Parts: sequence; structure tokens; C-alpha cells
Amino acid sequence: MTSNTATTEKAYLPAGLPLPAPAPDGLDQGFWDAAKQHELVVQRCTKCEAFQFGPEWICHQCHSFELGWHKVSGRGRIYSWERVWHPVHPALKGACPYLVVLVELPDAGNVRMVGNLLGDPMQEVVIGSEVVAEYEDHPEADIALVQWRAV
Amino acid sequence: MSDYTVKDKVAVVGIAETTYYKRGGAPISEMQLTLQAIIGAAQDAGIDPRQIDGFASYSNDRNDPPRLAAALGCEDVSFSNMFWGGGGGGGSGAMANACAALVAGYSKYVVVYRGLAQGQFGRFGQGTQAKTVSGAPAYTAPYGLMSPAQSFAMRVQRFMHEHNGGHAAQKAISLTSYAHAQRNARAVMHGSPLSPEAYDGARWIVEPFRLFDCCMENDGAAAVILTTVERARDLRQKPAIVIAASQGSDYRQAAPAHNAPDYATSNFKTVAKRLWGMAGISPKDVDVCQSYENFTGGVMMSLVEHGFCGPDEVDDFMTTENFRFDGGKLPLNTSGGNLAECYMHGLELITEAVRQVRGTSTAQVKNVDISMVCSGPMVQPVSDLILRA
Repeated sequence: MTSNTATTEKAYLPAGLPLPAPAPDGLDQGFWDAAKQHELVVQRCTKCEAFQFGPEWICHQCHSFELGWHKVSGRGRIYSWERVWHPVHPALKGACPYLVVLVELPDAGNVRMVGNLLGDPMQEVVIGSEVVAEYEDHPEADIALVQWRAV
Repeated sequence: MSDYTVKDKVAVVGIAETTYYKRGGAPISEMQLTLQAIIGAAQDAGIDPRQIDGFASYSNDRNDPPRLAAALGCEDVSFSNMFWGGGGGGGSGAMANACAALVAGYSKYVVVYRGLAQGQFGRFGQGTQAKTVSGAPAYTAPYGLMSPAQSFAMRVQRFMHEHNGGHAAQKAISLTSYAHAQRNARAVMHGSPLSPEAYDGARWIVEPFRLFDCCMENDGAAAVILTTVERARDLRQKPAIVIAASQGSDYRQAAPAHNAPDYATSNFKTVAKRLWGMAGISPKDVDVCQSYENFTGGVMMSLVEHGFCGPDEVDDFMTTENFRFDGGKLPLNTSGGNLAECYMHGLELITEAVRQVRGTSTAQVKNVDISMVCSGPMVQPVSDLILRA
């Protein structure tokens, strides 16, 4: 684990929700491997240096097949958000409301990632405000989620 | 505009729908519902169902043309088409594809249909029960972003932030659908009026959507038969002539994990441009509009992107007064639509647009010449249709 990242004390949402599994075709193995190491990476073209997320098999800008993973700071800005009140999964009964945020990453071409905004689900959420990544370990599934906390 | 257009060449000649049911309420199978609607549309047109030689649908309809044609005993099937993409984005797209098949001469009578029994095959509004998810859902579902409402609330919230409004507009859209449904005996919400107080007091589903901002989930089927304008002259009904049909998706709208570059959009910007270009008319010429309501916020953005008002004017323009069938500036969703008639995946919006041209709507707008449908905001692709009398 790198020193500048934090780990969530417990899972934000209850157990029983689906957890990520790296795609069988290998497309996003690098992303999930990095998350387990508490690092945030974004796919980047090695030729034209365009960022993209979620991962694709080619660069959407120059069509190069040579793509790599670029480590980013884990600092982002809230681009949009929602407070969920109605559970659409049995595991979420009793877990509402909860906050989902869409975070843009200024040091990765403003690609966006979805996560939960940690802390009080009734906190005021301000679009444009800064957040930082935290990692939610799920050792039973050999995976870590990337979550976000207001700075 | 190029000469290669379907404008003025194709007409809707038959429409039908089954009884509309609450989710799980259909007493017959989804396939039977679909066959009932298709046979009904043929009867409405005054043709034998065996004359149908083209099939077009959307949203991965389970009732595939080979089975339907075998069941109906169709003499020959010369066009079989599925519009890709989910949600109701393909309603007008299937109409567009049917038009293309007729203008190309592939088929003589094409049926556009949608059969949907959510009670038999599972609900759109529930999250996946899988233990793990891979690919694009892996970036959303583990965070509790799993349903259509949750996917689209994120886009609408951003639109409302950028334009500093939208709550009043969404409320007006919802109240309008419920008001129009009270005149429509087919509507599942007929007899269940919605007051402004009940709208405001309803529980949140996901902010910024309250309960009545969300479509229903239903069982039913609907079908629409199209043919060339020449054949239409000899049939039973007053034809509703297609003057424009467009479909598509703006730049990288389906980029995974909410990465569409233009995010706060219904995805109609390029499609609307093609629509107006083909029709040769402008928004002020539209007499009545059916705009797909998965969620009211999507209707709000659709109307903006078709040029009915500016993005900063939504709360001023989108009022129950302006949306009324009797005297509103833009009569909207006159059957009650997905919110209050039936979630027939937007095909009920197309049958209603045809009724407006025929003069047979239960919320009939006076002297309708131009009747428009917008299918499926915020999905990829989306589609549009304009009919004239």
C-alpha cells in the first residue's frame, strides 16, 4: 500500500451486492490489480496519450491498440451525484439513503468514475467540490472498490 | 436534403394494443399479447394478418419474427429487423427501419410491435442478483448504481446544476401525463388522478426523481402497421403519413461508466437536427408531441434538445398550462404515456400520435396536422418520428 492512500473502515454498502470481477477477456485486469494495491490507474494510449475510462480495446482518439495504465493522484471533483432512497436489491433494504457520486479526474483528462461518497448520507453534496479516493477492501472476493471522500 | 428520404412515402394504416395491465396482471402469455396486438392492428387497417411481410421491433423484444410469422401463417417474410439498444430508444427507430424497408421495396406491409410482460420475465427496475459483475457494470453496480432510475438521475442532476432549474418542469410533465390519463379508459392510472400535493409529498426514488417522476412497469403489447402511401389510399383508415424518422447517438454517448463527453443530455442533439432537416419544418409547427418518459427529467432534456425552449427556460416553458391538450402551446403525452397510460416501451406513444392525426384521441388536440414522437431519452441510440395528416 502506498502511504498517501486511506482504507475505508468498513464497507459503505451491505454485503450481498454484486462485487466486481475482472473481465474474463482481460480488458480491465490492470485497473482491478491496481485498486487492490490501493492505487488508482486510468487507461492511457501510449501513442497519443489520450486518457479513457472505462477501458476499451483501442484508443478512441487515434485507434492505436497500444494502451497502458497510468497512475493518477486519486484526487477528483464531484461532477454529479444522487442520493438513493429506494432499494433495488435485497441487500440494500435498510441501507437507504446512500450517496453515489460521479467524480471527474482533472489529472486524467477529466475521465469520470462512479463511487460512493463516504460519510453521512445526508451531507450536503456540492458539484465541483474536491474528493479523494479511498479503498474498500473485499479480501473474500480478492477485490477492492474505489470510494470517495470529501476533502 | 438528399432525395434519398422516406418523407411522404409511407403511412401508418393500422394500430392496436392489448388491454394494458399492471405488472404481473396479464392473464395470457407475452407471446399471446403480442399476437393479439398484431392481429388487432391488421384488423384496424383492414388487411389479413397473413399479408404482413415485414417485422420490426426494438429493445431485444423476445417475440421474434420467425415465431410470430409461423403463428400467424404469414405467406412470406421479406424483412425482419431489430433496432439495437435498450430502453425505449428504438420505438421511432423501428418505425424508421420499417419506412426504409417499404421505400426500398423489400416489403408491402411492415408491422412494428412490442410485447412486454414484466410480470413474466422480470422487472427493469430491479438490480442484478448476480454475485459478481464484469465489464462496464463492475464500475457501477457494486456502488448501488444498478437501475435505470439511478443511471439517469445522475445525468438529470448534472443538467439541473448546469441550468439551475428543472424541478417545476419535471413536476409539470408528471402532472400532465396523469391529467391526460384520466380521460383515457385504456390507461392503467385512469381513475387515479395525481394532485400537485401528492406529487410533492411522494417519496424519493433517487434524487432528483420522486415516485411520480418514474414510469410504471406493465404487461401488454402494441402494434403498428405501415405501408406505402399508394397502398394506404385503398385501406380502411385515414393514413398518418410519415414526414420524418431519424435515429442515432451523439459522439461517444455509450462511453462506459458514465463517460459520455456531453453528459447532461437526452442524446437527441444530432437526431433532432436530422429530424427537422428531413421534415422541413421547425418546432413551432408541431401541434402535439409524445415524448418518451422513462423519467420526467429525460422529457425535460428532450424538449430542450428538439428546440421547444432553451435549457435555462425549462421551468418557465414546461407548465401544465402549456402541456394541456386543450389549448396548450405544446400539448404533451396526451394518452398519459409511460407514466400513466402504460409502459408499453413507448409504442403507446406512437399509437397515440397516430390517433391525434386521425382525430380519435381521448385528449384530442384541435386541427392536428403535425404529430411528433420522441423515443427514449438518455439511452443510446434514440429516435424520432413525425407524422402528418
